[in-house]
Amino acid sequence: MHWNSASEFFAMGGYAFYVWGSFGVTALIMAVEPIIVARRRKNLLSRLKRQITAENLAQRSEES
Amino acid sequence: MNNRLINWFKFASPATFYPLAGKMIPWFVALSVVFGVAGLYLGMFVAPTDFQQGEGYRIIFIHVPASWMSMFIYLVMAFWAALGLAFNTRLSGMMATALAPTGALMAFLSLWTGALWGKPMWGTWWVWDARLTSELILLFLYIGFIALQSAIDDPRRADKAGAVLALVGVVNIPIIYFSVKWWNTLHQGASVSLTKSPSMAATMLWAMLLVALCFWMYSIAVALGRARNIMLERERHTEWVRQLLAGKES
Repeated sequence: MHWNSASEFFAMGGYAFYVWGSFGVTALIMAVEPIIVARRRKNLLSRLKRQITAENLAQRSEES
Repeated sequence: MNNRLINWFKFASPATFYPLAGKMIPWFVALSVVFGVAGLYLGMFVAPTDFQQGEGYRIIFIHVPASWMSMFIYLVMAFWAALGLAFNTRLSGMMATALAPTGALMAFLSLWTGALWGKPMWGTWWVWDARLTSELILLFLYIGFIALQSAIDDPRRADKAGAVLALVGVVNIPIIYFSVKWWNTLHQGASVSLTKSPSMAATMLWAMLLVALCFWMYSIAVALGRARNIMLERERHTEWVRQLLAGKES
């Protein structure tokens, strides 16, 4: 192990702002991007299902 | 030979590709996590301090992978775009569209981490240097591609227009890659190149390569997820999407 203590690790030899600023934004983007994709998928599935149900209902009322 | 050709086109059909991609995504996520944990452990806990840059150099472990991915994703995007123009397959355009946002984010991360690295080491967030400027142009190419596609309503026409833009923009990739050789730049030369042995310690190199693999697997996973969304959206009137939706918790 390279570090003697946790505070030394977080201090990054005085470069904490630059190092953690880089890693933090990267982590944020890589967490948010999949969430956006997953949410889009959820919305899409429920919208398409609603559409199909509506079309089926319309078809049935036409038949009767 | 003929059979093989037909098989490839079978996979180019969204109806086949959609479930396949769904099965592949968890594996790429798992690989990404494994590579990421290993790479960050090596990079943040094992790799020694740099004799010139102290601990500040550790930004390299995301800066270089993000920069590589921003260029590589563009090449893959242009490859799909070319395939789409040549064979007019539906899947190609969807893949190119799915890759663009991830590529743009990688280009942004490359610039962001570069700025945060440049400030303490060069004394400036930004210079109009060949490497930095060409990477910025790459980000604009991605944004231009996304904007152009979303401005055209007909997806097939949007694919074609985007494909032309993507192919023209490919010329920027060798410019980024060789910029540090062609021009006198503030940006340092390549730490890893195909022709020379790398100019860095083995642990640092391994950490960087592992994080690059992590970013690669991440990009595949998120692009496949986005491609699946695009397939559902564009093919919503087809029989396979209807069957799929009917089968799921109907």
